[in-house]
This record gives sequence, C-alpha cells and structure tokens, in this order.
Amino acid sequence: MTGKLNLDPAVVAQARELARLAGQPVTDLARTHTTVSVERAMLRLAGLDGADEDGMPWVNRLTDAIRETTGLEHGVALPAWDAMIAGGYPDLRTLAVDAAAGLAKFRLPMGADAGLAREHATRSVGAGVALIDQRRAERDRMIAATCDPPMPWIYLIVATGDIYEDIPQAQAAAREGADIIAVIRSTGQSLLDYVPEGATREGYAGTYATRENFRLMRAALDDVSRELGRYVRLTNYASGLCMPEIAALAGLERLDMMLNDCMYGIIFRDINPVRTFIDQRFSRQVHARAGIVINTGEDNYLTTADAVDAAHTVVVSQLLNEYFGREAGLADAQLGLGHAFEINPEVPDSFLLELAHAQLIRELFPDAPLKYMPPTKHMTGNVFAGYLLDAFFNLAGVMTDQSILLIGMMTEGIHTPFLSDRDLALENVRYVRRAAGKLGGSFRPEPDGFVAQRARQVLGEATGLLRTIGSQGLLNAIAAGTFGVTRRPADGGRGLDGVVERAPGYFNPAADMMEADQ
Amino acid sequence: MSLTGIVRPYGDTTGDGRVQLSFTLPVPFGDETERARAEGAALQLAAKMGMDPAMVVHAKGMGPDFTFFIVYGRVSHLVDLSAVTVTEREFPVLPAAEVNLRIRSALGRKLVVVGACIGTDAHTVGIDAILNVKGHAGEKGLEYYREIKVVNMGSQVSVADLVARAAAEHADAVLVSQVVTQRDAHLTNTREMSAAFRSGLGSQRPLLVAGGPRFDPAAAHELGVDKIFGRGTTPGEVASYLVHALVSQRDPGGWLPPGKERAGAA
Repeated sequence: MTGKLNLDPAVVAQARELARLAGQPVTDLARTHTTVSVERAMLRLAGLDGADEDGMPWVNRLTDAIRETTGLEHGVALPAWDAMIAGGYPDLRTLAVDAAAGLAKFRLPMGADAGLAREHATRSVGAGVALIDQRRAERDRMIAATCDPPMPWIYLIVATGDIYEDIPQAQAAAREGADIIAVIRSTGQSLLDYVPEGATREGYAGTYATRENFRLMRAALDDVSRELGRYVRLTNYASGLCMPEIAALAGLERLDMMLNDCMYGIIFRDINPVRTFIDQRFSRQVHARAGIVINTGEDNYLTTADAVDAAHTVVVSQLLNEYFGREAGLADAQLGLGHAFEINPEVPDSFLLELAHAQLIRELFPDAPLKYMPPTKHMTGNVFAGYLLDAFFNLAGVMTDQSILLIGMMTEGIHTPFLSDRDLALENVRYVRRAAGKLGGSFRPEPDGFVAQRARQVLGEATGLLRTIGSQGLLNAIAAGTFGVTRRPADGGRGLDGVVERAPGYFNPAADMMEADQ
Repeated sequence: MSLTGIVRPYGDTTGDGRVQLSFTLPVPFGDETERARAEGAALQLAAKMGMDPAMVVHAKGMGPDFTFFIVYGRVSHLVDLSAVTVTEREFPVLPAAEVNLRIRSALGRKLVVVGACIGTDAHTVGIDAILNVKGHAGEKGLEYYREIKVVNMGSQVSVADLVARAAAEHADAVLVSQVVTQRDAHLTNTREMSAAFRSGLGSQRPLLVAGGPRFDPAAAHELGVDKIFGRGTTPGEVASYLVHALVSQRDPGGWLPPGKERAGAA
C-alpha cells in the first residue's frame, strides 16, 4: 500500500531503530537465561505427556526433581537423558514417575556420557520438532484443499468452560461466517505454573488450554472447514507462566494463531518481567517454526488508559513486539499486531481520530496481519447505540485495510453473547463489507489535514517515548509504570523463582534447533 | 406525572401500552410451513407474556435450528407505581474516578489493600479477579485504581504472615479469598483470620473482607469480618464498598479507619 499519511520514512526508520535499542538488552537476557517452563517445553517436544494422580504434569515432576539435584543452570536435558541411559529407562515418562518418587538418580554427565545424553536428547526433541513441521505442512494441505478466506478475517470467540459445549458453538460460528475461532481460556490459567491435562468440562469464564482440548477443537474445525470449503483457523493463548509449553502444544496440535504479547502478562497479570521476556522469546521461536500467527495485546492498554492520550503507547508496544518477534524468527506475515477502537464516542471527531490511528498502524506495518479490536470500554447497556458503534468500528476496519476483525457484540459487558447477538454482529460486518469494502481505495486523507496530522503526531510521541525507554532501559520503564497504569519492578511479580541463569555448557536441544532456524 | 398512580408503557400515545421485544426460539425457519409455524410460536410466547395484539415485525433463521424474532405489541398489564419497592443497597456503586476522588479527598493518601488466599487454598482466581488490573466481568481490578495500593500476597498464605504484612503495610483493608470448602475450611480459616487480627492489632485492625463462591453474605458478623462478598462480585463493587466503609465512617461501635481516634463515650 502506498502511504496516505505522508509519514517521514526517516522518522519511521528511527522509531524501529529505537525499538531495537530498547529491546536488545532484554534479548540478551533471554539468550543467557532459562526458565522452568522453557525446560518443560523441551520435555514436551521430546514427547513427555500426562500427569500424576493429582493432575500435576510429569514435565513438572521431572523438572522439579532435576532442579533439586543438579540445578537447572545446565538445562534438564543432560541430566534427564543421562539418567534414562544409566538407569535403563524405556522412556521419559517412566523416568519421571521414578523421579517424582525420589527413586531416580541425576547427575551432570561429563565427557562421553554427556555426548551420549546429548545425542539421545537431540533425537527425541528432533522428533517433536519434526511433528511440528508436519503439522505446518498439514495446514498448507488443508488450506489448499479448502480455501483461504479473503481478509479481513472475521474473528469470533467461544468461552463456555466446557470443551464439549465449545465445539458445537465454534462449528455454528464458523457456519455463520467466522474465519477464526478463539477459545477463551479459563480466568487465571495464566497464573498456573503447569498446563492442565486432558479434556476439560469446567472452567471459570473460559475453557482450559490443554493439549487434548486443542486436539478436539482443531479436529472439529477441520470437519467444518471441509464442509464449508473454507479453512477455519483456531486461536488460543500462549501467555502466562506456561507460555513456552503452550506454544509447543499449539505447534504439536496445529493451532493457527496464538495470543502472545511481550508485555501483557507483566502489566495485567503481574508476572515477573524477566520470566516473561525469556519465556516469550522461546515461545515465539516455536511459533515461527510452526507457522503460527501471533496476536499481540495492545488493545488492552486502551482499556485502562485513555485511547487518545495513550495512542502512542500502542505504537511503542507494537514496535517492541515487532522487534522481539522478528528477533525470534517470526516473519512479518506472522505478526498479528493488535490495536483497538476505544476512543470515547463523546469526543469530537472521534471517528477521524480512530481512522488516523488505524491508518498509521497500517502504514507502519504494511505486511503484518493487523488485529483490530472492537469497542468495549464505551459500550453501555444501550444495545442500539452499541450496534451503531460497532458498525463504525467495522467501517474503520475496512477503510484502513485491517486484516483481522474481532467482531463486536452489542451486548458487550452485559452478558456472554446470545446466539442472536452473534448473528446480528455478523450481519453488521457483512453489510459494512458489502457496502463499503472498496472505500479504502478511495480514502485519501488530505496531506496536511486532521487525520494525517494526528497520525504524524502519534508517531512523533511514540518516537519520543521510545527514546525515553531506551535511555532508562525497558525493564526500568516497565517498573516506572510506562505501560498501562501499573508499575512492575523487574524483581517483583510471579514466577521469578523459575528463572535461572545459564551456566557454560547449558544444553537445550529445542532451543538449539530453534536458534539454528534464524 | 404522578409517581403513585397507574401507568402503562408509552409508545407514541399515552396509555397505548406498546412495547418491543426480541428473542430466539429453537425452531427452524426453512420452508413456508416452518416459517408460518415459527411466527405462530413467537406470537404464542408474546401472548403468554401479555402482549395482545402482538406483531412479528422481523423473523430470521439462524442456522438450521433457530429463529430470531422482533415483536411489537400492546401489553395489557398496568404498572402500579405505589407498589414499586426499591431495595436500598447498603452502599452506592461508584465509577472508578469517583472512588479515587473520594479516597484522595478524605484520606489524603492511597488506600492500602492487602489481599491473599489463606490456608491451603491455592485457588487465586477469586482474589486475582478482584485485584489484578485484568479484573473481571468487564471491570478493571483494584490495581487499576490510582488511589488504591494493592499488595497481593497470592495463595497459601499463613494467617500470621497476613497479619504481619497488613501491619507492615498499614493496610486499610484486608481481602481474603476462599474457594475450597472441604470440611468448611473456608469458615474455619476466616474465623481464625479475624480472631488473629483482633488479638494482634485490636482496634487498629484493618477492615476485614472475605470473599468466595460458597460464603453466605449474611454471615459476616458470625465470622468476625466486616463484609462478605459472594459469587459474581465485581471489583467495582468491592472498591465502592471500601470507600463506603473506610471513607464514610461506620457505626460508632464498629471499625474506624486506622489512625482515627474513637469518639468519646457518646
């Protein structure tokens, strides 16, 4: 797309460079540290599944046992495979059972023993990575056999808490026109330091992300994709304390998109910043390999801060997400950068401001599948006014060529959507697409008019903030409350005890394979 | 208009009784026969709801099994305004800006809230829904309020640690969440907690609030806490209650904000 806003390419390049400078030290941190969840993700790729009778996964049991004996500085792979070979264990699961009972012996192998452990570990993890590659090829085949719907893709949410209720709802939504189904997770899953197992039927305002739930839903959407002759994508959340593991499970079960933000867990869930950045890098490497599109969470800033005053913080976060994403090997086409239509409708020219923000982001990230979120903050109980606001959101979406439209519900904030709410919402977006789908081509804001000036102003503020962040350091900026409204110090929050600095000789075959990709 | 008289809904003429209604029935809307049956079904529901005459102005099939209707009609019911009863809420629910304003002007400092799951309960979903910025049910959690300082101690916190931390933070309020109810653990834990605050801090104790899906909201006194919140409580309700309880002082025999002297023996 050619520019409509007269953005100065030098300013854009400078903004990207500032984001890189701000992000680089954090990347260095991620390269030199590991976390319990990164180690567990490696074990999951090596095929260790299942949980003990209390529901605690074997990957947790094995990682904890190794941590208590040899520590995690060298990774779990060397001690785990060494113990497997020395103890004659047939598989990781049998080893994990013994480890949990205190019966397995772990040591850090040296010399030839280390070489052997390394070789076995690499082979096992390689099989998991090969399965991710197969899933990616399977997706390509499914798309070829059905079809890839044109953008903007329509994104709808299901969230019953019961996977067996979610499935018919998701299939119905796909038949009604959804291109993407997102299964909302159970409230608070992001704070669990383990991934629950099996098909689940009870959740709080959402359904647990488990490997089996992923498999069931993907299979159901494959059925409906074939029925409709259109590939229906599946989305879940690689966020929270188990981000790397959930990314691995998503790759193994062919999910198509994952919510995966560089700072969301820090700001909104008080997860330790260092833990988040390390976990995020590994999870993005897995997503890159699996061909998964990430969705970032900038829309959330606007639910806490004012959407006009804080517009530039969205751009700053997007530039950081882009830097971290590319650094981890994601292609631009895998960067579903998020933003939202959240300006108070009482503000004069609010629609022009929304257009300015949406067009700015479109032009800054021309090849990214941008994810545009509907109004939530200013949806009142007046469902009629809400329906109108959603139509304006849809209009801004088609005018500025957004890629993924999360469909707004007129009953937002009142109750979980009725069947009819969803149907009316789809009728709304279908009308706007039919009536104004080509309006973007004719939308030419005056070069120095309100829209173009506002866009340039937001970009300028973003550059200024990035400069401040660069001079402070990103972790200090987060600690000072730069994003959202919350201060999150680098030594606070949940999960810091799961962060370990890598020792010389640290070995993680999964990390090595992902790193070699880049 | 009289506030004690008899009224009917107003469409465009006084007393016309006209209302609108939309709903979905699990009936198909395919061929002509199905459509006629679907509209008949909608009219039957409207009639049973007291709409007479009623008119289906819109019917639309949604998938093979459902039909959505918009119905206009005249209701025969009368509204007797003198019989309207309003249940007075103990406290008004305030917008976040108002909560912040009242705290700032009354306390001149941040209101300090310490939250925890006590005992062996590891279910932080309730306390996190109230405290995390993320919030619950479309409302931001207490961390979002500029004038509230939140200390979230997480799960499996001992009562002794909770009392010590509340004292160290000069907490105005302590929020305790209890989800597990085996052998009435939630009641035992809550009683133990309130007793510990009483013996440890006496009249300087913070406001004590317990929450969880299985609590009886009427049992606050019995458990020694100031307030109990049940299932479905939103952060805004909790914030509004804190302002009500801490900023507008409560009954003289009850709790007073920390640092305030008790009034003379009036």
